Amino acid sequence: MKHSSVDLLLLLLTIAVLTSPVYSDLVLSKVERRIDVTSQIARVTKTLKVVNSGSESVSEFILTFPKFLGNNLAYLSVSHSEGKGKSKRSLVKLSVKAANLKGVPDSISVYSVALPKALTKGDTLTLEVVAAFTNVLQPFPEKISQRDIHLVMLQESAQYLSPYAVESQSLSIKLPNARIESYTNLDGTKLQGTELKYGPYKNLPQYSYSPIVVHFESKAAFAVAEKLVREIEVSHWGNVQVTEHYNIVHRGAQLKGEFSRLDFQGRPPSGVSAFRHLLARLPPRAHSIYYRDDIGNISTSQMQSDSKKTELLIEPRFPLFGGWRTFFTIGYGLPLRDFLFASEGKRFLNISFGSPMIDLVTEKLIVQVVLPEGSKDISVTTPFAVKQSQEIKYSHLDIAGRPVVVLEKNNVVPDHNQYIQVYYKFSNINLLSEPLMLISGFFVLFITCIIYTRADFSISKSSAIYLAKLHWDEVLATVQEVQNIIHKCLATHDKLESSLRDLSRTGDIQTCKAARKSTDSLLKDLSKELKPLLTFLQSSSSASQISPKVEELITKEKELQEKLMAKHTTVVEGYEKKSSGRDIENRIASQQQKIIALRQEIEDLLEFIDEI
Amino acid sequence: MAGKQDSPNSDLLNSFSFKSLKLKTKQQELLIRVSILGLVYILAFIARLFSVLRYESMIHEFDPYFNYRTTLFLTEKGFYEFWNWFDSESWYPLGRIIGGTLYPGLMVTAALLYWTLRFLRFFVHIREVCVLTAPFFASNTTIVAYFFGKEIWDTGAGLVAAALIAICPGYISRSVAGSYDNEAVAIFALLLTFYLFVKAVNTGSLAWALGSAFGYFYMVSAWGGYVFIINLVPLYVLVLLITGRYSMRLYVAYNCMYILGMLLAMQIRFVGFQHVQSGEHMGAMGVFLLMQVFYFLDWVKYQLNDTKLFQTFLKITVTSAVLVGGIALGVGTASGYISPWTGRFYSLLDPTYAKDHIPIIASVSEHQPTAWSSFMFDYHILLFLFPAGLYFCFKRLSDATIFIVMYGLTSLYFAGVMVRLILVATPAVCLISAIAVSATVKNLTSLLRTKQKVPQAGSTKGAGSSKSSSKVSLDQSQPFQKNGAIALLVGVFYLLSRYAIHCTWVTSEAYSSPSIVLAARGAHGNRIIFDDYREAYYWLRQNTPTDAKIMSWWDYGYQITAMGNRTVIVDNNTWNNTHIATVGRAMSSYEDEAYDIMRSLDVNYVLVVFGGVTGYSSDDINKFLWMVRIGGGVYPVIKEPDYLVNGEFRVDKGASPKMLNCLMYKLCYYRFGELVTEYGKPSGYDRARGVEIGNKDIKLEHLEEAYTTSNWIVRIYRVKPPTNRL
Repeated sequence: MKHSSVDLLLLLLTIAVLTSPVYSDLVLSKVERRIDVTSQIARVTKTLKVVNSGSESVSEFILTFPKFLGNNLAYLSVSHSEGKGKSKRSLVKLSVKAANLKGVPDSISVYSVALPKALTKGDTLTLEVVAAFTNVLQPFPEKISQRDIHLVMLQESAQYLSPYAVESQSLSIKLPNARIESYTNLDGTKLQGTELKYGPYKNLPQYSYSPIVVHFESKAAFAVAEKLVREIEVSHWGNVQVTEHYNIVHRGAQLKGEFSRLDFQGRPPSGVSAFRHLLARLPPRAHSIYYRDDIGNISTSQMQSDSKKTELLIEPRFPLFGGWRTFFTIGYGLPLRDFLFASEGKRFLNISFGSPMIDLVTEKLIVQVVLPEGSKDISVTTPFAVKQSQEIKYSHLDIAGRPVVVLEKNNVVPDHNQYIQVYYKFSNINLLSEPLMLISGFFVLFITCIIYTRADFSISKSSAIYLAKLHWDEVLATVQEVQNIIHKCLATHDKLESSLRDLSRTGDIQTCKAARKSTDSLLKDLSKELKPLLTFLQSSSSASQISPKVEELITKEKELQEKLMAKHTTVVEGYEKKSSGRDIENRIASQQQKIIALRQEIEDLLEFIDEI
Repeated sequence: MAGKQDSPNSDLLNSFSFKSLKLKTKQQELLIRVSILGLVYILAFIARLFSVLRYESMIHEFDPYFNYRTTLFLTEKGFYEFWNWFDSESWYPLGRIIGGTLYPGLMVTAALLYWTLRFLRFFVHIREVCVLTAPFFASNTTIVAYFFGKEIWDTGAGLVAAALIAICPGYISRSVAGSYDNEAVAIFALLLTFYLFVKAVNTGSLAWALGSAFGYFYMVSAWGGYVFIINLVPLYVLVLLITGRYSMRLYVAYNCMYILGMLLAMQIRFVGFQHVQSGEHMGAMGVFLLMQVFYFLDWVKYQLNDTKLFQTFLKITVTSAVLVGGIALGVGTASGYISPWTGRFYSLLDPTYAKDHIPIIASVSEHQPTAWSSFMFDYHILLFLFPAGLYFCFKRLSDATIFIVMYGLTSLYFAGVMVRLILVATPAVCLISAIAVSATVKNLTSLLRTKQKVPQAGSTKGAGSSKSSSKVSLDQSQPFQKNGAIALLVGVFYLLSRYAIHCTWVTSEAYSSPSIVLAARGAHGNRIIFDDYREAYYWLRQNTPTDAKIMSWWDYGYQITAMGNRTVIVDNNTWNNTHIATVGRAMSSYEDEAYDIMRSLDVNYVLVVFGGVTGYSSDDINKFLWMVRIGGGVYPVIKEPDYLVNGEFRVDKGASPKMLNCLMYKLCYYRFGELVTEYGKPSGYDRARGVEIGNKDIKLEHLEEAYTTSNWIVRIYRVKPPTNRL
């Protein structure tokens, strides 16, 4: 056992330092320690009552941990309670920093706490210390088979290691509700249910240390994210998009031997050391949630949401045994109004720092806050120290790129899930730039299309093909014109016909004659217009196919015109002679038939020409 | 286009405005045509998105995973790295020269699309580009089909062809979103080459022939199916020569296309000098030489006026040309300069060839001869329209229609030989069917139109006229004809709508499954997803050493390298038959013999696919006989009869002892005997084969179970290190 020897060494060292000079006059009148090991994180809460027994005033308080714990210290917060009485205690956080003390051996980590005000002689102060340690629950044995339960070991000291003398101290360890293999039995050790109690010990000298080891079963998921990249992208169109990339590993006892699916599915004690689920507690109103990895979507996840929170239960593709790892990505959108606020002409994003996963230890957390393109004067405030840098990220339709604030922190525990603020300046005009880009892109596209169809891009303007094409276009235009005129003529014919009908209804010969006169002149004009067009068609070589048809059309139209005129005259004459309607009809019957036939022919011709 | 509604009682004003609209018929027609094409373009794209909707945006099946992996490599490392890529992750310990053994067209296309999109500031993921490449090219194919149809018939046929090919299941089966395979771009390239060549033959223009050569180059870079082009085009030229349709246009088109196409094709490393050295390409060269002889003779005939002299000259020239050609071919083949036809080519000409000689080709399901039902499934009404189209083509025979007829008939033959070649026949079938549809509809509507004139003209005569009775008697046959035409038109549109419905159904139900993710319906109609493949591959990716070598049957090789990111012994690029046979031998040997083989190949993990729990039938036990055959083909110690009982393949108690104790059996059924799969059945009941297994007490000596997926579909075993000998 590696650690026992370390402990022994430590103990010897501690005894050695016991003889070192008294560091301060402070005395801890009462120390209560509670260690919670129900999850993979050992969470230590201490209440320290500090009394200054010396004469000098003290403004610094020293916290010490054995090195093997101090190295795994993920989170440390010291606060002191203000106000008297238990009812209205408000905790004030104190600043803590790692320190180096002369005369303290290497096996002890030292942190110094700046006290809110100097303690003068006889003053007392109550400090609340919360510390979270990762990796201190050592799996033992280190390799287990699928059937075995997961046993872990905790090493601590029954007595509080401190550079100050302690008058009274007690320790309680909260164990998970499962088997307890063994624990160090000292005087006054009591096991009450799942709570293991040591002490109280009275009047301990400085640097007291008495190692204890607790060996017990842990059912907690030892899920550790070796690396977690959280990308928080702010869009001023109303969305904060969060994308989280997890590299998860099970840091518990490693699986040895076979993995048997049969046992895992069938027999309950098998595979208890593995975890199948991870629970993420997302902010309320999270939407568009997805869960995928390098090779695609993972369909095993469940979501529950209410107004307070959104719970996402995700199941990796395979159960994770000790030493197994997996990688996945989850993403979700959040409404912008819940997270983005304005203050003093600046905007700030107020968002949680850590991972939303319950009881997840993150060894390396990288938070990238992607701000909209054109953001300026960026600053970040965080409740604890993080490494900061800036990058540029290119996303859809970006030209200058989006500024990215990168925050890095190692060894992150859920206690770090505190809000950070990213301040920046952004003008709303910039919002329009991307739609405008799209609009102008399409505009340019259409303009080029228009130019392309309108402009003449042929290289040789004198080539035969080019000239023939030009000529052909001209011919087509002429034919079109001829058609137009013919249609006009037909329309005039219709007018004439309608005048005849009016005549039969009203018997008004004068209007009918007037109509006749006007159509006459109109038709004359039209036929005049037709002449040059026809000569052009006849002269052009490429129109040799069309021109006979056009000619035919025109002659047919002329014929129709004549017939119509004849019919008109007959009818009008008939009315003038006051002949009976029946008589007139008889007289024009043959003409009428011809007119219809001609009309039909003309329409056929028109259609034929149309199809060329 | 039948936009001429008849309104017998329309007044003059109405008919006048109608006429004035008609003045712009040209533009109207253009507008309708462009919008139809636009809609067809979009339709072709979105019909292929069913797979994304039903599953997700992912790469499908087997080969696409390799293509995806290489595309990823290309976009990350650049073209030169890609071209010189030696992949040590596959075919361990041989490796594979990727750059020299693939058709890079697809990857380069996708990478270019990707880079273009990035240049336009669309930062998409390469996976999305790969997934959507096939639908995009299918859309482009519809445009080519339109122009092709226009070239061989008229614009109407072009439009119908575009619409038919947009949703034809035969094409959709290989071009749904995610089906990132060579065929996705190759069909586009194939049709483009053919279209440009026909255009070149029709116009005799060098420019079109050049375009066709480039189309051919693209096709060569994309798919091995280019051999079809290089044989069909000479065959077509030959037919034109024989039928006396030789022209200068043909001469220009073929020579330019062949020479330039050949030179360009040689730039593809995988193809190299095959155009001058391989038997499959000799036909094209022969026709090229024949063409020169023909031209020469033509010239001589022009110079000589004496026909008798010319006849003798013709005899001498033709005989000597054929002799010289024959001798050259014989010498080339004998000296080994010209390689003989490959097995794949033989198996096309003789469908039974592969079964006897190359089990590895015969073992692939898509290389099986096509069943009638799959023709019906993939073509639906096109199967009936195709002969009708052929009739129309023969009725209006031209250079272009001869081409499409030849393309249709040859490709349909190949489609009958191999299931996957239905794809090649699809464009031809669509085009010829489009001719049938378009010609029929056109004839019918023109019949209807002439009829419409008469009542219209009658109405212009005005009210109160009863004289038209004589006219009615004149056109007595017409009403009946008109009704018949209407009935036929309705019938055509009914058929076409059935076709559309069938295509949509087939696409959504049959062709959109990625086959990586299996979906089934539960007892309550809910959808159950079996995602075991990815579960296993992802487990390999995350929980095995990065240099682990995985042995599995070759079907899963590409997927393991792409998704599991681990080295495999064999994969889907079946280039080394011996290596595959070694794996087949290991799978079909006893465990200790297999252990020696696996040790010699440095195998760390063995992966098998097993469907006994879920009833998934395409698993390794059902493929096992192929492993035996392929293994036995190289290693005679493996004998197929050892695994059969009275010629029957079984896994229950009656199975042969060798079968019950071979590695594959042990790995598939390890501890399966303790599992109750179905209520009311004994433990160890194999649901895929419906029997209780014969060997329930399987002990593994040299391997141990490393992982089995939640539905037992993929089982992975770890090869134990040898025990210490003290």
